Amino acid sequence: MLSVLTDRQWLWIAAGFYLAGFVLGTRAVLRERRHPRVAMYGVIAAGYALQTLGLWLRGQATHGCPLGNTFEIFQFTAWSATTLFLVVGATFRLSLLGYFTSTLMAALTLVSLAIPSWDATRRANIFGGNPWLELHAALALFAYGVFALLALTSLMYLFRNYSLRSKHLGGWFSFLPSIIDLDHICLRLLITGVGLLTASLAVGSVWWLRAPPGSVHAVLATVAVWLAYAVALGSRLRGRLIAQRFAWICVALFAAALISLETVDHDRRPAPANQAVSLQP
Amino acid sequence: MSITGGFFHLGASHHTAPLALREKLALTPEKTAALGARIGALSGLREWAVLSTCNRVEFYGVAESSAAIDCLRAEFCALLECPSAELNAAIRQTSGLDALRHLLGVASGLDSQMLGETEIFGQVKEAYAQAQHRGTTGPVLNRIFQKTFQTAKLVRTHTAITEGQVSVANVAVDLALKIFGELRAARVLLLGAGEIGEKTARAFQSRGAEALTVASRRLERAMELAQALAASALPFEHAPGRLAEFDIVVCATAAPGVVLAPEAVAATMRRRPARPLFFIDLALPRDVDPAVAGLPNVFLYNLDDLAKIAEENRTARAAEVARAQALVAERAGALWRRMEPLCGGAPAGGTRWTEAARHPAG
Repeated sequence: MLSVLTDRQWLWIAAGFYLAGFVLGTRAVLRERRHPRVAMYGVIAAGYALQTLGLWLRGQATHGCPLGNTFEIFQFTAWSATTLFLVVGATFRLSLLGYFTSTLMAALTLVSLAIPSWDATRRANIFGGNPWLELHAALALFAYGVFALLALTSLMYLFRNYSLRSKHLGGWFSFLPSIIDLDHICLRLLITGVGLLTASLAVGSVWWLRAPPGSVHAVLATVAVWLAYAVALGSRLRGRLIAQRFAWICVALFAAALISLETVDHDRRPAPANQAVSLQP
Repeated sequence: MSITGGFFHLGASHHTAPLALREKLALTPEKTAALGARIGALSGLREWAVLSTCNRVEFYGVAESSAAIDCLRAEFCALLECPSAELNAAIRQTSGLDALRHLLGVASGLDSQMLGETEIFGQVKEAYAQAQHRGTTGPVLNRIFQKTFQTAKLVRTHTAITEGQVSVANVAVDLALKIFGELRAARVLLLGAGEIGEKTARAFQSRGAEALTVASRRLERAMELAQALAASALPFEHAPGRLAEFDIVVCATAAPGVVLAPEAVAATMRRRPARPLFFIDLALPRDVDPAVAGLPNVFLYNLDDLAKIAEENRTARAAEVARAQALVAERAGALWRRMEPLCGGAPAGGTRWTEAARHPAG
């Protein structure tokens, strides 16, 4: 039954659901009405289930966590962020978070699907059968998912801040959560993300000590991302980085983290011919 | 068409009665009890409830004939010792579908002085509860009031008639909610003990603010108001130095110049950088230097800003009136089709206006 469609086809359908969430939310925003929260949650959950299925099929085919190329990394990051939204998003009680999540997920998944070269080849057996290295990568990408959600809540903070300062409070601005709620959630997400990335690096470093990594750039990029977020967290906790500057930095850091993913993946590209697997039909 | 009985509404509101007359008409619980005793002896009045607010005194009931309604009117005049000519000039009387439509409109806030306000919904509920307690409701009023509450909720959720605050004090509270989420933990400082400041402070308290401090140049006045508000008082000259302890500062002094300069606020923010500070400047001339608005994590709204938002909200509500009225008319029509046989002899759509009822409800 599941093999009726390929993993990419399932992922296309999942992206369609995320896009439907975006359309649903945009329609409500344009009509200046609150979007139906249950419907939004349902659409995202459906997209998430199908994305899980697609990634599971991909994992079955590759015998491991599907993190072998840029396409898979983008998909896994989107999946991580959606996991977090579905598990803890409801407890945040933030109106519009579903809309923002579906928008980012639609963007990440559709862009990754629309660029065939990102999924033309993948490194087979990239973790060398080492479960710790696989855990390191999965934790790192899950942290990136948290940072994706942090970028969204930071963006919402910037919109709310703009609406209060410019005194434009009507329309869809009226559905944005309060400054304090957003600030608290941003801080919690930042702590979670830094914690996960720290754990990921700790797990990875054990392995690197045994066998120095071949991809120094990948390690440097990951450490740089971790350091940047850790500095942001330290500054925020000391009250040095606050309000809109903090939000801007969280958005900018996520953009940088996404770019760094390309670096991480680029390091793995010159793979021996016997390890490169073509995925093009 | 004349009224012969059935379901009716009888009363005066801000549309027809000036404030001075409404003061005379207002029913205290004692007067309501006395009226109940008088009306209880009336024959032909099967069910009744009275809604008494600062803007209206209205009876809703089921009568066997128009004579019973006339008796009710006479008893009302007698109780209030109000000249019947004066009262008659202000009283509006409708029956059947018109009365039903009126009640639904009232409960939905469509007939309120402040269009779309929701307090009236609670007042109608209270009026019904009291009538139930007195035992003056029956199958007609029970059904009608239940459906009235459903309709009011429907109007509230399906139109924007109740959205946005329309008074300056409530707009300020709404803005604070957009910053702080909830007000229970927010510490409010009221600078100045004038009327507008007091109103705003009360609006904050009604929405959950618990920690309120009053500072005024006349300490005894600050203490007096603080006592009335169950708040604490602070000498005015200490206030600028203690700004860091507060989240919301309502400025409403009569000071001739700026009370809070950017330097003082910047120093305050250095002591509490992560928590926003919200200034509501209701004073004329302004108490807070406009440059304060440029500081990070500081939000400043003055009287003009608040009045503009209130006006925008009023306009937005007015734009929803037609939709809300259509919804009310549809619900009233559907309900009346079911209720008419129960009302016994009420002419559908019968309405009578007294001679001087000048302003029909919008």
